[in-house]
Order: sequence, then structure tokens, then C-alpha cells
Amino acid sequence: MNKIEAKNVDFYYGSFHALKGINIAIPTGEVVAFIGPSGCGKSTFLRLFNRMNDLIPGARLEGQILIDGNDIYDRSVDVDVLRRGVGMVFQRPNPFPKSIFENVAYGLRVNGVKDKAFISQRVEEALTSAALWTEVKDKLKESAYALSGGQQQRLCIARAMAVQPSVLLMDEPASALDPISTAKIEELICELSSQTTIVIVTHSMQQAARVSNKTAFFYLGEMVEYGETKKIFTNPEKEATQNYITGRFG
Amino acid sequence: MALQFDPAYNRRKRRLQTAVFGLFRLLSYAIALVLFVILGFIIVKGISVVNWTFLTQAPTDGMTGGGIWPAIVGTFYLMLGSALFAFPVGVVSGIYMSEYAPGGKLVAFIRMMTNNLAGIPSIVFGLFGMAFFVTYLDFGDSILAGSLTLGLLALPIVIRTTEEAFRDIAPSYREGSLALGATKAQTIWHVLLPMAMPRVITGLILSLGRVSGETAPILFTCAAYFLPKLPASIFDQCMALPYHLYVVATSGTDIEAQMPIAYGTAFVLIVIVLVMNLVAGLIRRHFEKKLNTK
Ligand SMILES: Nc1ncnc2c1ncn2[C@@H]1O[C@H](COP(=O)(O)OP(=O)(O)OP(=O)(O)O)[C@@H](O)[C@H]1O
Ligand SMILES: [Mg+2]
Repeated sequence: MNKIEAKNVDFYYGSFHALKGINIAIPTGEVVAFIGPSGCGKSTFLRLFNRMNDLIPGARLEGQILIDGNDIYDRSVDVDVLRRGVGMVFQRPNPFPKSIFENVAYGLRVNGVKDKAFISQRVEEALTSAALWTEVKDKLKESAYALSGGQQQRLCIARAMAVQPSVLLMDEPASALDPISTAKIEELICELSSQTTIVIVTHSMQQAARVSNKTAFFYLGEMVEYGETKKIFTNPEKEATQNYITGRFG
Repeated sequence: MALQFDPAYNRRKRRLQTAVFGLFRLLSYAIALVLFVILGFIIVKGISVVNWTFLTQAPTDGMTGGGIWPAIVGTFYLMLGSALFAFPVGVVSGIYMSEYAPGGKLVAFIRMMTNNLAGIPSIVFGLFGMAFFVTYLDFGDSILAGSLTLGLLALPIVIRTTEEAFRDIAPSYREGSLALGATKAQTIWHVLLPMAMPRVITGLILSLGRVSGETAPILFTCAAYFLPKLPASIFDQCMALPYHLYVVATSGTDIEAQMPIAYGTAFVLIVIVLVMNLVAGLIRRHFEKKLNTK
């Protein structure tokens, strides 16, 4: 069963052709890594899955993106409902200027959940699943900014997980973090993959190799190669992929 | 040839720096001094006049005695009235311009017009207020007409500070909220507004400070030369501090005897503006502490 499918996707920023004829199928429950040199369109592609690019004036999509078989760009789709089911974690931790508790509860509240006991329970579960609960359980009322960068990023993961998304998009989630925090995030990705399909953009080959089942290599707006992570890193079919993973460019 | 640095050059650039910084320091001292002299002048001349009677009674003896209570009340009403008009309208417009149509041609046009509006001399606002509120809408010379005219004057400041406060918030906060399924309105209300609040409030209070001291806009729309009674409704005229100051200093039966009253009025006006600025600072600090973004 495919969670996400892209069919003949072309994407333009004004007249700039950022994504070219991309086809991909992401199976349910997998962790898929997007790799490729800077500016090749990884983030652009990722942000199509929760329609984040809708915010950019002059941007245009051709082709189809299906989640659970439904075209998410169809006119009948409510963007906020879509985004509730497709969580996102950003490159830099971006907690809201609220308490730790309210950060995690935010997604529930804006989606109309009112039951206090239920919210408390979900907040605890989400913080636990983000491996943060024991560190913050005594200071839930404190500002999220009192946390370290790595903790803030795990808070953002908890925030995303609180609404139980079936897809989690992560755009270089560890690139602003130290090695230990990075290791924690990677561990987390492996654990969360039992609950949700994960698509992660990363610049670190080791990270892609460690956390993902499948890897897609992008170059200049095209998806050059997509397959089992092991195969991509040991025996890629395309020369460009080979050059990239051996560090000959990018 | 070996690389050689000229030690004299280092000495020269350090001397130049000392000279330039010295000049800067001198200039900032001079400005502080001027400010100090102006304030000191008003305080010295005014403080001896200000007492309980002065603050709580109406003028008597053809403006040569009594106090300025009706003018204080009038200025308070005008500030309140203009705030009730300018705050909601200005904040909503500022948010709209920043969040709903930031790149649009219409917004660029509105932005240009607001900036021009801010540069129009206040007497022109007074003339417009007279033609539109007093005559056309038939409010008469009244607190209502005066408040709306002053509100128009405050509006560009409120719009601009609100728009800038919102625009300076990093896009990642908007995206973070939208990515959780929040609507734009929820994002504005729950995330952006609290973040913009310190600056929005500062803008609001600064605009009020500006409004409290304006004379020209109320000249033809509201202000009364002398009223023994306090206004009873928004359709009454009122006295106001800046206009009262002008009146006692320039016209009347006995200018000599009126001058201390003028300084007393100026003193009260300055205190109001300073207190407003102080309050703005405190409120700002309070909200920033609550946000604790660092
Ligand atoms: N908002 C935008 N408007 C115009 N062009 C854009 C915009 N965002 C990205 N681009 C361009 O689209 C291309 C792809 O950008 P994208 O951010 O998707 O790359 P990326 O693979 O994520 O790079 P990185 O690894 O550096 O994050 C780049 O050439 C970039 O300059
Ligand atoms: Mg990117």
C-alpha cells in the first residue's frame, strides 16, 4: 500500500522550473530519505506533501500528489485537515513562545479538541514518544525557550506527533544540532516509524543510511534514482548517484 | 618581497577612531542637554503653579485664576475617543496588510498612502475633520468629531507599527502553526499576535502621546475656548490642554497674569506624555518577559 504517490510532478517558482517530471511511491510505514546537493529541490518536493508551497506567490504545480490515493490538491480538500494528518518538523527548532505544555497541546486545540484530561494525556504521550517526557515533566509550565536546541527540536517533534499524523515530514531536522542531539533524533525516527510514515531530507549520507529504508537521490530538480537504501549506497544504478554518495560532488 | 605592515598606519587609524567617537559623544551630550533645558525650563516655570486647586478646578476670573480641570478631562476624553477609533481600525489594517495581502498592488498602494498620511500637516487634518465630521456628517463641534479627527492622525502610526511588528516575525512560526492544521486566523490569533504585542502596544501608546499634544486638529472640530461645565455627551464640545495652553498664552484679558497658567498647563501636558511613554515601556517589558523569546 502506498502512503504517498507523486505522478509526473513539475513545479515552478514563477518561471524557474524547480522540479522536473518526478514520479515516486512511498509505501506506508517506511522511512524514506531525500538526498542530493544543495538547491536540487528536496525541500521544495517535501513541502508539496503538506501544501506548504501554497503560501508562495507565483508558484505552480503540475501533475498529481496522492496521499492514501486521494489527490491532495483537489479542490474539495481542506488544507487544514490535510496538514493535521501530515506533520512537519523544520530545519531550525521553531517552538512557539508558549509553555512547553501549550506547545504540544497547540495542534489539538486548533483542531477543536477541548477535553482537558484528554489533552493532558495526549501531551504526555507525545512528549514520551519524542523521548522528552522525563526531562520536562516537572517544568511543563515553563517557556519552551528555556530548553536547549536539541530539546526544542524534540519538542517540535512531540508537537507534530500530538495530533497523530499518518505522515511526518522532516526537513534536515538535525542539521542545527550537536552530535548527541542528532543521535537522539535519529533514534527517535526509528521509533516513530512504527506509528507514522516518515519522509526525511538530509545532507548526511550516514544519517540517510542509518534511519531510512528507501532513499531518493535528487539532482538539479530531477529525481535521479530511488530505491532500497542499501542498494543506493552500495550499488547505485546511475553514475550521478555514485558520484554523489562517494563525495565526488555536492 | 616580504609582507610589511606600517605601524604608523595602525596608530593613525586608532587616533582617527578616537576623534570620531569623541565627536559622536559630544553631539549626543549636546542633544541631551537641549532636551534637559527644555524640560527644566517648563518644570521650573510650571511646578510652582501646579497644586491641587490647579488640577481640580475650572478656570476663573477671565482665565487668570482657578485651574485646568476641564481641559484635563477634555484631553482625556479625546485620547480615549481617538484610541477607540484608531486602535481597532489600525491594528486590523496593519494585520491585513502584513498577513493577508503582503505582496499585493492594493496593499502597496495603501502602504504608500498611509506613509503619506503620516506626513500631512496636522492642521490639514483639522480642516478635513471640520468639513467631513463637523459639517457633512453633522456632528457639530464635538468630542466625537475631535476624536475621529485625532484618530485619523494616529491611524498611520498604529497601522505602520502593527504591520512592521507582524512582518518582522520569522516565517517559520507561521509555517509551524499552519503545518499543524491551524488556519491563518488561528495562527494570527494564537501565535503571531502574542509575539507582535509588545511592539503593537508601544505603537499604540506612542500614537496616543502624539494625539494628546495636538492642537490644530481639534481647533476647528471640538475645542472650546472656555467651558465652565464638563461635557455631558460625545456631542458636546470640550476644552483640551494643548488648545488651552495656546489660548492662555496668546489671548485674553491679562496675558501677564495668564502666563503662569500656561506654564502649569505645559507642565501637566508634558507629565502626561512622559507617563504614557513610561507606561509603554513597562507594558512592553511585561509582554517581552512573558514571551521570553531569548
Ligand atoms: N520561494 C522560492 N522562490 C523562488 N525560488 C526558490 C524558492 N525556494 C527555493 N527556490 C529555488 O528552488 C530550488 C530548489 O530549492 P530547495 O530549497 O527545494 O532546495 P534543497 O534541495 O532543499 O536545498 P538545500 O539542501 O540547500 O536545502 C533552488 O534553486 C532554490 O533557489
Ligand atoms: Mg532544503
